[in-house]
Amino acid sequence: MAFTFSGPQLEQIETICARYPARRAAILPVLWMVQEQEGWISAEATEAVAKVLDLTPAAVYEVITFYTMFQRKSCARHHLQVCRTLPCWLRGSAKLLAYLEKKLGIKAGEQTADGRFKLSTVECLASCGTAPMMQAGHRYYEELTPEKVDKILEELK
Amino acid sequence: MEPILTKNWGKPNSRKLVTYVESGGYGSLKKLFQMSPAQVIDEVKASGLRGRGGAGFPAGVKWGFVPKNTGKPVYLVVNADESEPGTFKDRAIFENDPHMLIEGIICACYALSSHVCYVYIRGEFFLQWEIFEAALQEARSNGLLGTNIKGSGFDLEIHTHRGAGAYICGEETALLESLEGKRGLPRIKPPFPAVKGAFGCPTTVNNVETIASVPWIIEHGAKAYAAIGVGKSTGTKLWSVCGHVNRPGVYEIPLGFPFRTFLQEYCGGVWKGRKLKAVIVGGSSVPVLTANEAMQVNLDYESLQAAGTLLGSGGMIVLDETTCMVAALDNLSDFYHHESCGQCTPCREGTGWVEKIMNRVDQGHGLTEDLGLLLDLADNMQGRTICTFADALAMPVRSFVQRFRSEFEEHIKLGRCPFAGPEWM
Ligand SMILES: Cc1cc2nc3c(=O)[nH]c(=O)nc-3n(C[C@H](O)[C@H](O)[C@H](O)COP(=O)(O)O)c2cc1C
Ligand code: SF4
Ligand code: FES
Repeated sequence: MAFTFSGPQLEQIETICARYPARRAAILPVLWMVQEQEGWISAEATEAVAKVLDLTPAAVYEVITFYTMFQRKSCARHHLQVCRTLPCWLRGSAKLLAYLEKKLGIKAGEQTADGRFKLSTVECLASCGTAPMMQAGHRYYEELTPEKVDKILEELK
Repeated sequence: MEPILTKNWGKPNSRKLVTYVESGGYGSLKKLFQMSPAQVIDEVKASGLRGRGGAGFPAGVKWGFVPKNTGKPVYLVVNADESEPGTFKDRAIFENDPHMLIEGIICACYALSSHVCYVYIRGEFFLQWEIFEAALQEARSNGLLGTNIKGSGFDLEIHTHRGAGAYICGEETALLESLEGKRGLPRIKPPFPAVKGAFGCPTTVNNVETIASVPWIIEHGAKAYAAIGVGKSTGTKLWSVCGHVNRPGVYEIPLGFPFRTFLQEYCGGVWKGRKLKAVIVGGSSVPVLTANEAMQVNLDYESLQAAGTLLGSGGMIVLDETTCMVAALDNLSDFYHHESCGQCTPCREGTGWVEKIMNRVDQGHGLTEDLGLLLDLADNMQGRTICTFADALAMPVRSFVQRFRSEFEEHIKLGRCPFAGPEWM
């Protein structure tokens, strides 16, 4: 799958680069641009990012692999990320995860066959006061109950 | 107590510039621009304000370390990575009062003679980032950012930089690496960021809450700030409270406030009418306190240190009597092993060993010698690494094993966990 930046995107990248004294500093913002658009970062996109920032693909790739939020494979439409860290665990995150696993018929780390949901566990999302919780897309779903989870799963088509 | 950081929270449209200005927001700037940068630093030094990100280092003193006239630009980098388990106070500042942070950044940059500030926001905080960007836009279009701010001749631009999921990027030098577009690997210090920070230039890294406290100090004076709190713990502190309390949330109290009263009056006490078992007062990386210890402690830097723990980030995790302390430490050991950046052998290997041992003790396959092994590991991890991440697991390990030893022994003796595990709701 070929990946190229559009004209307006290239302009936007130059605006981002102007914020920093070194061009390389634009890696994270530009990778975010790619992932927001594509949902993940392909090898072709990695090369395009490297080219536009005057870096080697390896330099970009080593950054991508360090950060857990960058996806290196195409991902299901909705990525349910259940927080498993202590404060959420104290409020039942393990049972929340088990409930989701049962409802979706998959284990954490897997995707549903229809490509609708991926289920993952993540570490503390700074939402410990409204535990248990999960993130999907940009949104936090907090103070989850089985009823709330049922509703969320219905809404996320 | 007159709230400082939370005074606008809960007001309708508290994120908006008009709301902020109506309640006196950006009021510090008039005074600020009449002072010299050195006077601002002295004022913040005299206020006793200490870093709220975890280490508690005096903010004014840190600003004083930045060398003058090197010919290089000076940067302020605001740490909004907020990833310490139990901590969610900076998020509340973004959501409730982003302009207070912007006003604080203006004050701090003026003091540092810095004209560019980067705010490093954890990647998961998408909505908070949007809120902050909107506030920045409002500030720019009202002459509060850009060139010649309010006719002062002072120029400043603030850029946001989104992280992408890595706890270690909260450590200030890892954060700088990440800002520069690299993997978030902590740097060996010295050189300290004050001398060689972002892009090889003099840099100050401060937490969101630290910076948000500055406008009040400029406006009301160091004396008024230092009058709040106790001893070297001046001012107010945000505590984010979670776990087994009736009213989890973010609360502002003067430093030195008794934990016992705080738990009852602010947090609504332990939930479900249960008894308190343990408290982790300053985020998951600080030593755990038993209920007895906690009930006697006051919430300030010195009292907490005297009680054998640390104030840390102010992320308070409350554990009720039904909690299995072995499972709790097991959970934390997974976190630290997952988040170690892997540069230092004692940390990379140590977190892995602790995780393995804790997994087996928790599952009832522990050996009698495991407890000694855990304490040995803690000793071999602490103080031997590039950053203090390794200490951040060593301290929980040591304190959990020492303060709740009988629970660990019971698991090993029974060959299983005697607790039911947390319920959902
Ligand atoms: C492993 C680790 C994680 C940290 N995470 C954060 C964080 O999420 N937010 C923060 O403000 N400081 C964090 N810190 C502390 C920073 O390194 C630094 O001390 C702080 O940002 C300085 O700001 P302050 O002086 O205003 O507190 C962390 C430190 C370590 C060792
Ligand atoms: S102590 Fe751990 S997290 Fe810190 S630099 Fe060393 S390996 Fe990385
Ligand atoms: S532990 Fe889940 S949000 Fe903090």
